Parts: sequence; structure tokens; C-alpha cells
Amino acid sequence: MNKSIAAFIVVAAGIALTPWVADNYYVKLATFVAMYGALALSWNFIGGYTGYPSFATAAFIGLGSYAGALFQNAGVPLILAWLLAGVVTAAFAAVLGFAILRVKGHYFAVGSISVVEVLRLIASSWSGLTGGGDGLNVKILQGGADYAGRVFLFAMLAVMIATFAVTVWVERSRFGFGLKAIKQNEDAANMVGVNVSAYKIGAFTLSAVFCGITGAVYASWIAYIAPVDAFSILTTLKVPVMALLGGEGTIFGPVLGALVFVILEESIWARFLEANQAILGLTIVVLIFFLPGGLLRIDYRRIGRRLGMGRSGATGGAGGTAGTAGTSATSATSTGGTGGTGSNKDGRDA
Amino acid sequence: MLEVRQLTKRFGGVAAVSNVSFELKAGEIVGLIGPNGAGKTTLINVITGVHRASEGKVLFDGRNVTAQQPWQAARSGLARTFQIVQPFPGMTVLENVVAGALFAGRAASRAEADRAAMEHLEFVGLAHEAERPAASLTLPSRKRLELAKSLAMKPRLLMLDEVNAGLNTGEIDRALELMRAIAARGVTIVIVEHLMKVVFSLCQRVLVLHHGELIAQGEPRAVAKDEKVIEAYLGHKFAAKLKTMDGAAALAERAQEPVQGQTLGQAQGNAHG
Amino acid sequence: MLTLQILANGLVLGGLYACIAAGFSLVWGVLNVINMLHGSLIIFAGYLTYFAWANVQIHPLVSLLAVTGLMFLFGYVLQYLLINRVVKRPVLTTLTLTFGLDMMLYNFMNVVFEATPRRVTLNWGSVSLGDIVLPMDRLVAMALAFTLTGVLYAVMRASKAGRAIVAVRMDSDAAALMGIRIPRVYAMTFGIGAGMAGACGVLFAVAFPVTTNVSGLLLGKAFVVCVIGGLGSVPGALLGGLALGLIESFGGHWFGPQNAITLGFVLMLLLLMVRPTGLLGIKGYE
Repeated sequence: MNKSIAAFIVVAAGIALTPWVADNYYVKLATFVAMYGALALSWNFIGGYTGYPSFATAAFIGLGSYAGALFQNAGVPLILAWLLAGVVTAAFAAVLGFAILRVKGHYFAVGSISVVEVLRLIASSWSGLTGGGDGLNVKILQGGADYAGRVFLFAMLAVMIATFAVTVWVERSRFGFGLKAIKQNEDAANMVGVNVSAYKIGAFTLSAVFCGITGAVYASWIAYIAPVDAFSILTTLKVPVMALLGGEGTIFGPVLGALVFVILEESIWARFLEANQAILGLTIVVLIFFLPGGLLRIDYRRIGRRLGMGRSGATGGAGGTAGTAGTSATSATSTGGTGGTGSNKDGRDA
Repeated sequence: MLEVRQLTKRFGGVAAVSNVSFELKAGEIVGLIGPNGAGKTTLINVITGVHRASEGKVLFDGRNVTAQQPWQAARSGLARTFQIVQPFPGMTVLENVVAGALFAGRAASRAEADRAAMEHLEFVGLAHEAERPAASLTLPSRKRLELAKSLAMKPRLLMLDEVNAGLNTGEIDRALELMRAIAARGVTIVIVEHLMKVVFSLCQRVLVLHHGELIAQGEPRAVAKDEKVIEAYLGHKFAAKLKTMDGAAALAERAQEPVQGQTLGQAQGNAHG
Repeated sequence: MLTLQILANGLVLGGLYACIAAGFSLVWGVLNVINMLHGSLIIFAGYLTYFAWANVQIHPLVSLLAVTGLMFLFGYVLQYLLINRVVKRPVLTTLTLTFGLDMMLYNFMNVVFEATPRRVTLNWGSVSLGDIVLPMDRLVAMALAFTLTGVLYAVMRASKAGRAIVAVRMDSDAAALMGIRIPRVYAMTFGIGAGMAGACGVLFAVAFPVTTNVSGLLLGKAFVVCVIGGLGSVPGALLGGLALGLIESFGGHWFGPQNAITLGFVLMLLLLMVRPTGLLGIKGYE
């Protein structure tokens, strides 16, 4: 796990240094990396650790965006508005979770997507509050583009760091162990004394709060929100894909996935504007078939051996960084990994 | 310690458990027997909160726990094993037991849970497998893992649902020793069994279920001679025959011997056929 | 009377919804795969119908059979080659995969066909039954939709392939032991799902403008109908479709048209909490 934390610090430092080593374009890009990193880490609580495939991310982002915008427009100081938006989103998630976490798997997935749709439709028709389809304008931050760019970069970075810190806590705690048990066998977890309802709602709420804050920061950053962007089905799909790309159920996987995804999106897909959605789709298809456990679960040593590079190689560390307490159990390598998990083989979905 | 009053559980129109009442005192080892489909597992499920009772009450240490969730039962000291073992497949053997220690077992920290888990693994003889994935164990080992997990839950009442199904004679003997050792630690045990050898050698008292009803309870030998019990297992015709032959006593004795792995259930089958 | 008109509108919509959902429900119930492509397949067929009509003057009702067959083949191959490999995986994987495939199809259609609405104008006028006025094209679409759903039901009950599909739905292990070739059945099921989507697309093109913008909407309807009516059953899709059609029609009248759709989703969420197996109580996979 320490390797994962070190890797995260490297990424966070990289993001933090951007304003001094590159121009505004890269600052913006780094802000997106931080944002998606926070979102993917959030999803990881309910989707990765607990095994409930949530597609409600956009619902929380959108709700946070509108809450943050409304608080800000009402005169609440910026950072407080963001935090309050997080609280509102968390409360919503707790209530929703109480209802929707009773069902699993497919039904849960479908239910969670529908929440996004319902919220979007409500935002569109409740024009009195939300400005309806025209959207809502938010006060622009004073101080010029460079200054604003840096403020929002560090704001998003702060959210990502906070989410990561909570992730590390979850990974090590009794709570996290309970979530993993629920993912493996919910009835058995219940039997050994895990309060499964409370734990699930807790994970769901955790998955929402940082999405809400992120949404609020985003609304302030772009200074405008509208239903279609705030409650975007595309976003609600991209975020789990990022977590899957890096490795769900791990502490660094979501961040890695967000980083790789944003870079791919900028460098490849933006070039082919007309076909970028298709290319994204193709990437997803390729990911599902060739990277079932994500980047962190690839057996780099085995690939290295096959390519004739001999023992390990620079990336050998990645195989052991998964730091999970057993999400990929099948045929651990005989060297037996750290902490008894040896998760070196690309994990098959449980 | 445990009091069950007029407990009934219906699924649709069928009563799987019907008006069952009994009491358990601390330190007892009680057998729960009955033909297949008698409702033994359902009874355990209702007591531990997996199913909600349709009627009746369950009292644990005087508290009404009828509507409790399984995790609440676990935390208050009621543990059970499953007929079809339910491990956490992606976790190691050790982690499986840690799960029991960490939650129901109220360990103060992960480190304490790890220590307790290793102790329990040693107790059941699985310490050398601690780091292996639980999914890779053989069936007898899985049963022992299930046992270790329930012990880690620090149960005061342990309900074992056919822990011996699928085991050979030698393994059964070892299991028997384990269970005596557990009882010696002060745990009250309810054991659902088909093997009369186990029931007779281990249990002080036996409860007999048939079609969801409690048809007899008492000392093993007395129960074995009970007409209703014989009829339940062997069927009406054969039971009538047996009465005239005074074979009841002979049957009770015969039931103690393992007939090369044949259970009383199989004897029942032979009798009908 | 206004109520009758709303009722009639609801039934017309309901018939179409039932048809849309039937194929989707089958795939979900049998393969345990949520086919996110379903809406786009309908629109794709709609486009084929439109262009056949606009460029080659083939009447939509004539192209119905050809389009259905084409889509069936497309679905069969897609499943056999790609989706079959992930059928056993958890829902996150399969849903994401079909979503990814959907994005590719969607983009393709936008680029090749363009999103401007295409309308097959048949000029059939309207039909009056007492106080009720219904556009003829929608009436025909509804009638055909019901017929199609009925045909599917008959096929499932009577044909060997249909019985095999039902067997796999009930217990795939037992079916395999009986000698049923599961991958073939899966491919057949997906093919039928795609074929139904194709047929729906033709009918849709008869009564409504065809544009990629509504493919998500149609998928959403399919979701809701499945939860209302239950998975993997044609009667369930019928019941659910009619129920949704009526709810939207009456809901739209009482709460306003844009809120009608919201109502459907909210109902679905409520049902998920209370009775996820649907009104007919048919269990889907978890």
C-alpha cells in the first residue's frame, strides 16, 4: 500500500506544480485530472469496494453543482458553498441509498441511472429554482484568468487529496473490511455481524459527498450550469470506466485511470472530433476485453518475461501495489505477495 | 438462555415451522433431528433472523429478539454454520476468520482480530493454510473454516447445521472431538444432524422435528424409542410392524453404529422401498 | 370525451412500448445482459426504413421483413463474436461493454445519417371513432406492434428454438445438461432481441420522426417497462408497456407533458424498492 501512496503523492505533486511549469492549457488539463481523480475515487467506495455498480455519479455531481451555484448566488462564501453542497448531496445519497440499496446488481444499476434522468428532468422543469433548460449563471471569480485557473486547480486538487485520504482510511479500517466482505458474499457478511444496510448506505454516502463538492467547484469554475451538462449520462459512464481502467477496489487505481483517461481523451479523441465518441466506445470495448482487472492488476513481470526482458523491470512494482485485501484471488503467484494477497494475475471479476 | 415460543414460519401457504416451543439452558449440547425437509434449517434461520417469524417469539437471555437482523443475532452471541458453506471466496483463510473476529467477535483492532483468528485456525487445525485463498480449500477444510469463523464470533450459542455432511468416518471423529472441545469451553451447542452416532455420543438432549412440528424432545435413547419419532422416520406401516416385533430397542441400538456411512435418512429410504 | 382520447393515446403508445421492451426484456432475462444498444438499434432500423423509402421508394411495410431479418443477423453475429465472451461477468462489465458499443453505433449514425429528424410521410390522415381521433399511421404502428408481440409470444411457446430459450432462462445449467447449446441459444436470443428492435424501428419510422436524439429515450422506456412488467417474459412486456403508455398519457394530461416521462421513472424507482420483480412477479437475475 505504501507504493500506492507514494505514487499518489507523485501525481498530486505533478498537478500542483503545473502552473509554474506549463501554460494555462495544461493547468486546465491538470484540473480535469484532479477532478476526475476525485470522482473516480468516490465511485470506488460503492462500486469498487462494495461491489454495487453505481451509475449515479452524475446525479451527485449535478446536485452538487446546482446546490453550490444556488448557495453562491445567495451570497454564501465560496468555500462554504462548496462544502454545503457536499452536505446536501450526502444527505440526498443517504435517503436515496436507504431506498435503492435494497436491490443489487442489475436492478441497482438501472435504478441508479434513472436517478440521473429523474434529476435532470426535474432540473429542466423546475425553472423557478434552477432556471430550467436555460441553466444557471454563477458569479465569476474576480482576479483574472490565471488567478482563477490556479484557484480552481488547487480546489480540485484539495478535493482529490481529501477523497484519497478517506480511501486510505477505508482500506485500512474495519469499515473497509466490512465493505469488501459485503462485496464477496453479502449474506455471509450479515452472518458474521456486519450491519450490511448501514455499511452500504455509508459507502453510498461517501461516494456522493465528494462528487457533490466536485460538482459545486465545477459550477463555480465554469460559471454556468445547465441540466444536460450537470446530469450527463456520458459522465456517469466515464467515471466507472476510469476506475475500471486503473483498477477498481484499489486505492491508486482510480487516480491512475483518471490520469490515463484524460490524457487519452485530450491527445487522441479530441483530434478526431467527429468520431470521438466512437473512439471512446472502442476504447471501452478494448478495456473490457484486454484489461479486465485494470492497469494495476496486470502481471507486468509475466509480460516482461515474455518480452525477454528478464526478471522484473522498471514496472515490476506495479504488480504488487494493488494493496487490496483479496479482490483477485485466483491463482496467486507462488512468490506470495505482501500481506497475503499476491494479486499479480490480472484479476477476473469475482 | 434461549427460549422459543410457538414459533411458526410460513412460506406462501406452507408452514415450514409450526408452533415450535422449547428452551435451551446454557452449557447444553442439544441435537436437532428429523427427516429431510422437517424444517430444521428453517428453524435456525428464523432464530438467527434470516427469515422473519410468521408467529411466535424468540427470546435470548430474556430479550425479545424475534425481529432481529442476522448481524444483530451474531453480535449478541448467536452464531451458526451453514449446510452449504458460505466463505468469502476472494479472501484468504485467515481473512475469513478475521471477519468473524472483527465484527461479531468485537475485536478492538485489526491486530487483535488477526491474533484471535490465528488461534481459532490452530484450534481447528487449519493454521498452516492461513494464507491460502479460501476458495481453494477442500470440503472438509471448508467445514473447519466455517467452524473457525463461527468460533471467532465468540458465540454463546452455536448452531451447527450438518457440519458433518460429506465427511468420511475419520473426519467425523475428528469433528466430534472438536465439538466436545468447544462445549468444554462453555459454548452452548445446537447440532443439526442425520448421523445418529454423532447425536447419541454428543447430545444430552434431542429435539425432533417432523413436518415443521416438534414431535418429541428428551434424552436421545428415550426419543429413539418414541413411537412418533419412529413413525416419522420409518413411515406408518413399518412402525406398526416394529411395534409388534419389539424392535424399537434394537433399532435404537443399531442406530448408534455407523453402517458404512449410511445415515438414518438412508435407512428410512430403504425401509420405504 | 377527453378521458377516452387520453386512454386511446395511452394504448397506442403502450402498444409501441410493449414491442420496444419485448426484445430488450428477453435479452436481459435470458442472457443476464442489459443491452444498451437497444435504443440505437431501433433508430438504426428506422434510418434504414427511411432511406429505403426516400431513395428507393420501398414502402415501410414492405421493408419490415427485410429490416427485421437484417437486424436479427446483426444481433446474432454481434453476440456470438463479442458479447458471448462476457456473458458470465458481472453487470458492471456487460453494461459498460454494451454502452461502449452503443456509443460506436450512435456516433456512426450521427456521422452517416446526420441527426436531423427524418420523417417518412405516408399521408394516411386520421381516423375517427366517436369522439376519439387517432392518426392512422400511429394506429397502424400500434396494431402491428401488438401483432409482432403476439408473434414473438407464439414463437417462444411453439418453436423449438423458443422452448430452448425459455429453458435456458429458467435454468441454464439444467438446459445444458439436456443437450441445449447455450452459446447458440444466447446468440439466437440476442438476434431475436435485435430483430424485434429492427421491427420496432420500422414501425417507429411509420409514426414518428427518426433521429438519434431519441435513442436514449427509447432505451429508458424499455428499462421502465421491464421493471413494471417483469423480465424475460412477453406478457410482462405487454403489461408493462400498456401500463407505461397509460401512465404517460394520463400523467402528461394532469402534470404536463415533460413531467410524464419523469413520472414513469419515478414509478420505476418506487417499484424497484418495493417489488423489483414487476407486477407479474417474474424474477430477473440480481
